[in-house]
Amino acid sequence: MRYSPELAAIRFGCGLSPIVPPPRSVSDLLDGLTGPDEMARTYPIEPFDRYQDRMIDLAALWKAFRKAKGDEAKGKLRDQIDATRNQARRDASVWFAHTLMRWTDTRTGLRERLAFFWADHFTARGKNGAIRYSSLPYLEQAIRPKMTGYFSDLLISVTTHPLMLQYLDQAYSVGPDSPIARKRPGRGLNENLAREVLELHTMGVDGAYTQADIRALAELFAGLSYDWAGGFRYRADFAQPGGETVLGQAYGGAQATLSPVLEFLRDLSVHPDTARHIARKMVVHFVSDQPDPDLVAHVARRYRESDGHLLTVYGALLEHPAAWQPALMNVKPPADFVASACRALHVRPDRLDLDRPGRLRRRIGQPLTRMGQPWLSPDGPDGWPEEDTAWITPQGLASRISWAMNRPRQLVDDLPDPRRFQWDALGSYAPASVRFAAQAAETRAEGVGLVLASPTFQRR
Amino acid sequence: MIPDLTRRGFLTRSTLVGCSAAASPLLTRVSFAAAPWDTRLVVIILRGGMDALDVVRPHGDPDYAGARKRLLRPEDPVIDLDGFYALHPALQPLLPLWRAGELGAVQAVATPYRDKRSHFDGQDLLEAGSMGLGDVAGGWLNRAMGQVPGVSARTGFALGHGEMKLLAGDTSVTDWYPDTALLLSPQAALLAEQMMAEDPLFHGAYAQAMALMGDGQEGEAGADGPAKGHRSRVSEHVNIANYAAEQLRGEARVVGFSLNGWDTHRAQTKGLTRALKRLSQTILTLKRELGAPVWGKTVVLAMTEFGRTVRQNGTGGTDHGTGGALLFAGGAVRGGQVLGDWPGLQESALLDRRDLMPTADLRAYVAGVLQGVAGLDRSTLERTVFPGLDMGGQTGLLL
Repeated sequence: MRYSPELAAIRFGCGLSPIVPPPRSVSDLLDGLTGPDEMARTYPIEPFDRYQDRMIDLAALWKAFRKAKGDEAKGKLRDQIDATRNQARRDASVWFAHTLMRWTDTRTGLRERLAFFWADHFTARGKNGAIRYSSLPYLEQAIRPKMTGYFSDLLISVTTHPLMLQYLDQAYSVGPDSPIARKRPGRGLNENLAREVLELHTMGVDGAYTQADIRALAELFAGLSYDWAGGFRYRADFAQPGGETVLGQAYGGAQATLSPVLEFLRDLSVHPDTARHIARKMVVHFVSDQPDPDLVAHVARRYRESDGHLLTVYGALLEHPAAWQPALMNVKPPADFVASACRALHVRPDRLDLDRPGRLRRRIGQPLTRMGQPWLSPDGPDGWPEEDTAWITPQGLASRISWAMNRPRQLVDDLPDPRRFQWDALGSYAPASVRFAAQAAETRAEGVGLVLASPTFQRR
Repeated sequence: MIPDLTRRGFLTRSTLVGCSAAASPLLTRVSFAAAPWDTRLVVIILRGGMDALDVVRPHGDPDYAGARKRLLRPEDPVIDLDGFYALHPALQPLLPLWRAGELGAVQAVATPYRDKRSHFDGQDLLEAGSMGLGDVAGGWLNRAMGQVPGVSARTGFALGHGEMKLLAGDTSVTDWYPDTALLLSPQAALLAEQMMAEDPLFHGAYAQAMALMGDGQEGEAGADGPAKGHRSRVSEHVNIANYAAEQLRGEARVVGFSLNGWDTHRAQTKGLTRALKRLSQTILTLKRELGAPVWGKTVVLAMTEFGRTVRQNGTGGTDHGTGGALLFAGGAVRGGQVLGDWPGLQESALLDRRDLMPTADLRAYVAGVLQGVAGLDRSTLERTVFPGLDMGGQTGLLL
């Protein structure tokens, strides 16, 4: 079980490409991560702080709308509101297409895979209005540039992010004895973010924390808030006075400030339970639903030794022989399936009809929903399931096969010859049944579709 | 001959299938043996933690109004049920069912799940039916079906896009989302069959999909777009309820699906109203589409991973709690009553001074239903279906 460039592209990258060569070595894989982010430059996605300007504009428009007198004035403002919102929706569609193009063209597939991994780990969504279209700007700014440093920086980045504070109801949570609660009785704590930070983002549900820790952490977190003009904002008037003891450690004191919160998150990021939880999740995601215990232990050890230095953690995963088990294992989730198909087909941006969101929705968005993974819309903060059985259901598989048969011809000018395409998509992994199907299919579309629908292409 | 349409049966026979897709027994309509029992069971998982205290409101409890000042809006009608409990206003459309004895609830119940109040573990345990996580494989409804002879893969249906661990396990059930389309030429179907045969997970799903496609969905859909029929225009939950009713009018006896949107940490009056509207539309669609004779033999159970905190939180919502409610409906239930021992809401009566104290195991009520519906005996229910359960006395939920 040792390094193979093909396997590296399939298991740790975006799949094989007819144009882009696979990474030559583990250091090639890792070096790409620290080099310039070419894909972010070529296929840009608006960072969240610029997206915020749209929210400021909208807030101003709504304010004017409420003040406006007369139907005509109100109607005009309403039109402007709709136009601003629709623009955000259209732009989000372009960023969706850019995500697919990054998967298609990248030489550093591991970066795109890590971006999906951490996006899922730190699931956050906008709940109402135009903020719903800001998921990719959030990922672009809060996660993507921080994937190779320390986990603590990533954790702080997302835990203090407006989208997360909104998603897990933190922004309005106030300490029961805070100045604002004394002024406005009825306002108080909300423990949603505190719970999910421990359960999902760091220690894992088996971690050594209790309901009392969650309560104390909710009190410590009170004050984490935001406004659109400035983004993240620590509000001392929301904070619970006095210190809190979380996981046996005392944080904060007389003065309500942000620093004890950050200190707690830094401590939490190097907690042994966090090391174990992150290591296991990563091995499950990248290698197998039944993770090799040695591999998990090895990654967790490097995590602890390096205080959660993520590049070191990825290196630990990639240097272990169990990561290179040659048989393909995990089933790609629908988004990864479709994006890796775009790569195998070498889809060009003009065919994604960047100016026509309706087409992208019909060709990719709606099919993803039918495959069980509506784009960027998991049901809860735990993100998407890892288990293969969650995806390969009759309806999930039928929708994948349908997509493979019908959509590729709309995504490329000329469909490749299936006999060549099975090599583009699968390389030496193509089993006899797929090679046979590729040459026995009655049409090009069916041949290409069968290659993409094969279990071999759908696993990694 | 009755074809064995289970995943296992298919795998053992896989070499026989696929010589020609058109001639495959999986692609033709076949008649099946009579269903193993007559009563229909619909299990709805309300994901996110339904706030039982807001849905079936104990307005007769002296501590209730004080704990819920911002959640009880003075302008809302009070729909009193029995002098002690009142119904959430969004469930007004179900009031005729309550009056007809076709709707009821059990208050202050919970699974054995305690302490961590995680949605995900809570749901896993609700669906596993065991005392602790990892104690058993698969879901309780799957294990229950496995106890009854004559169950086929068309007896049980798991509907929707998401996972239904409740119905996962050794007994084959049909996983489906209505409107899925898969049109393959005979040649492509044959080639696909050969590729899939090399991978058991894919092969099982493929066989089921092809079999379901044989059910007259051909021609309804173009490309991989949704069917153009009436279904695509209604919302997802109504679509699922329609399809569930269609199957239950036939040989299906068990259907499971999810309704999401119950995690009301904030602005609960709005969020819960939306979720309850979906629930009442689902139940009313089932009733209408099943028709009176089948509805009369139907039990609908709606359950959730936990209840929510007794006191509203600081953001107009409630946080994760413990004791909750089981809702039941159908023509085969003894509705018009709220069952369960009410523990009271004074602080000393609460669990951890925050949650409604569960006074009974939710599983005992479900086990009672399975006993009545599928004729399972008590020891099977307590050992195999819900390991570690003590069913206690009669639950009084069924007619």
